[in-house]
Amino acid sequence: MKLSFDTADEQFRTEIAGWLANNLSGEFETIRFRGGPGDEHMFGEERKRWEQQMAQGGWTCVGWPEEYGGRGLSIEQQVIFHEEYARAGGPGRVGHIGEGLAGPTIIEFGTAEQKQKYLPGIRNGTELWCQGYSEPSAGSDLANVKTKAEYDQGRQAWCISGQKVWTSLAHESDWCFVIARTDPQSQRHHGLGFFLVNMHQPGVEVRPITQLTGTSEFNEVFFDQALAEDILGEPGEGWKIGMALLGFERGVSTLGQQMAFQNELDEIIALARRNGAAQEPDIRQRISEAHIGLRLMRYNAMRMLSGPADGSLDSAALVYKLHWASWHRSLGKLAMDVLGSEGELLMEPPYELSRLQSLFLFTRSDTIYGGTNQVQRNIIAERGLGMPKEPRG
Amino acid sequence: MDFKFTEEQVMIRDAADAFLLAEADSAAVRTAMASELGYDPAFWRALCDQMYWHVAHIPEQYGGLGLGYVELCIVMQAMGKRLACAPFFSTVALAANGLLLAGNEAQREQWLPRIAEGQTATLAFHGGGRAWDATAVSGEFTGSGDTYTLNGDYCYVVDGHSADLLLIAARNSQDQHELALFMLDADTAGIERQWQATMDQTRKQASLSLSNVTVAGNARLAGCQADGSTLDTLLDLACIALAAEQCGGTDAILRQAVAYTQEREQFGRTIASFQAIKHKAADIALKSEVAMSAVFYAACVADEYLAGSAGDGELAAQLPEAAAMAKAYCSDAYFFAAGNAMQMYGGVGFTWEYDAHLYFKRAKSSEVLLGNGAWHRERIATGLLGPANGGET
Repeated sequence: MKLSFDTADEQFRTEIAGWLANNLSGEFETIRFRGGPGDEHMFGEERKRWEQQMAQGGWTCVGWPEEYGGRGLSIEQQVIFHEEYARAGGPGRVGHIGEGLAGPTIIEFGTAEQKQKYLPGIRNGTELWCQGYSEPSAGSDLANVKTKAEYDQGRQAWCISGQKVWTSLAHESDWCFVIARTDPQSQRHHGLGFFLVNMHQPGVEVRPITQLTGTSEFNEVFFDQALAEDILGEPGEGWKIGMALLGFERGVSTLGQQMAFQNELDEIIALARRNGAAQEPDIRQRISEAHIGLRLMRYNAMRMLSGPADGSLDSAALVYKLHWASWHRSLGKLAMDVLGSEGELLMEPPYELSRLQSLFLFTRSDTIYGGTNQVQRNIIAERGLGMPKEPRG
Repeated sequence: MDFKFTEEQVMIRDAADAFLLAEADSAAVRTAMASELGYDPAFWRALCDQMYWHVAHIPEQYGGLGLGYVELCIVMQAMGKRLACAPFFSTVALAANGLLLAGNEAQREQWLPRIAEGQTATLAFHGGGRAWDATAVSGEFTGSGDTYTLNGDYCYVVDGHSADLLLIAARNSQDQHELALFMLDADTAGIERQWQATMDQTRKQASLSLSNVTVAGNARLAGCQADGSTLDTLLDLACIALAAEQCGGTDAILRQAVAYTQEREQFGRTIASFQAIKHKAADIALKSEVAMSAVFYAACVADEYLAGSAGDGELAAQLPEAAAMAKAYCSDAYFFAAGNAMQMYGGVGFTWEYDAHLYFKRAKSSEVLLGNGAWHRERIATGLLGPANGGET
């Protein structure tokens, strides 16, 4: 077992830290530490320009193979990249769905033409993506997809009709990957297709959903005979591809996420020292517990990323979402308890929240999206511990 | 970065599990725990003569194998899984570590080979009260140079009634700020040892009463810092080993309880098929995985610490925090696991016949030993927030 990074990796750390220090300045100074969870609605245009600045420096898609415009970085260097990005206060990435989800899926399952067509826009930060999975009746039960895909002989293309929901950044996106039912007789995870849909067309309507924070980061998306530009794989392979994509989601960016968590915890600690909460035994215990939880999240992630020789690494990966989501939600509550009575007072009417207030409210979503805590526990019990599967209708 | 077991470490783990499966089954544990000695001498001999665990991390020049703290923790974890009854923690994690930290060359050469031969040893330092650091020492020494005289009462001495060798912490009766460690034979005149019956019968405790115990000057370990910091470091190293044992117990009771729920049927199905049961198991599994990360992070830190100037100084400096995190997290994880496992067992979990209560009692006793979760969280809180009650740093 070895925890430290080697010299070449530390040199890489210096390189990316230097680039960020030089570039997160001037017009981008204002978006440092902005656009993260609870703040995604802010600085949309500036963050799109920042995405292109990153691309020019060659710092988008760093984990992709070089032939597709990436840097082909090792796991260690990707970890370092995400850590340094978060440490420098790099803004929430508007391109992360394309870079982290759509791109790797296209690289894995796309044809040469599809790769040629879609990857450069993601790589260059010029085309943004959103994810069309959840539907009103397909939440935790993701296989209950009702959105239809019909092959239109006249248009020589698949056409999509139906509704998606909780679609993050749909209002900013150029493309959406959509799971839709290609076989109307099929049920559950059979008969699905994985489609790439241009958002800029008459058959696509985006309606923002106002969240409990008063802001809108996710949307309802309505498709009415919308043209699918492409299908990835074959009709019927949608579930396989869609699940493979979710596998790309849990990876190296988790350590960057933890650096953002650290920034939040640091703010709470500074506040507690300022307002005297640091003297309350209960607050001391909880801040300490939060600190321990975050540090151990890091070592859990490092075990997860170090590969499978250990035998129990799969289970380290299985518990990861439940761990960070529960931890983060507790941190949100801790923030309010450290704020005390001040926590009720808004920054500005009608509903401008401070960063910690926003943390409190927004972290309630962490234990819901991307698989609720209850779904996560089922997965851990079934796949990790071999307990019986839930009955599925 | 390569935070996983090496092939050799996997082999050590598998060999340890196999050995203990054969030698420390439930019947063996129950026989051992019912005796005042607390272990089967034949088992201890086998552990020493066949497995060499007692000298795993002792350098080769003193008759050891020269392996690292990670390997020691692998063995502790395996023993925790089986509740193996042996004077291992006391001999290795307390006494041998004390010699490694505080003995000079001559003292190590004098005592470590005796441990290598299979003699048992322990540490006596606690004078009562709730603290679990050097401030808990109340025994006193007088004298200097050629002879010392020790006096005082010691409690919570693990295996103190049976150990061949004793490591004794004491304060200078003339200057309470001067703390020293003495290594002596347990049959030295003036030592009274009293076995204490304990709720957790799988780990034995004794109280010691020292009355004008006279030892030669070279019994005083030369490298022990007078300010208590060496003892605190020794306790940190012991915490990591104990956390490894707790981590093993957490995993074992989870697996045993899950296996039981896979067999037990109610309402025409195994109770493992109910989400109420699955979610309990999943919550334990989460803590078990995080505990594993905590232990082996801390073990890596301990390795670097014991490597001294040859190691990674930055990592070594994390020893107090790593130990506090591991002990805090694993203490609570184990008790959570054992308590919830008992609930999963239902009525039979409350019987003497099933092993659930053995784990439950061990979880509580090892939580308290060397400081519980709250104690170690307060240590960390002091680092993050300053001392409690407006004290000076």
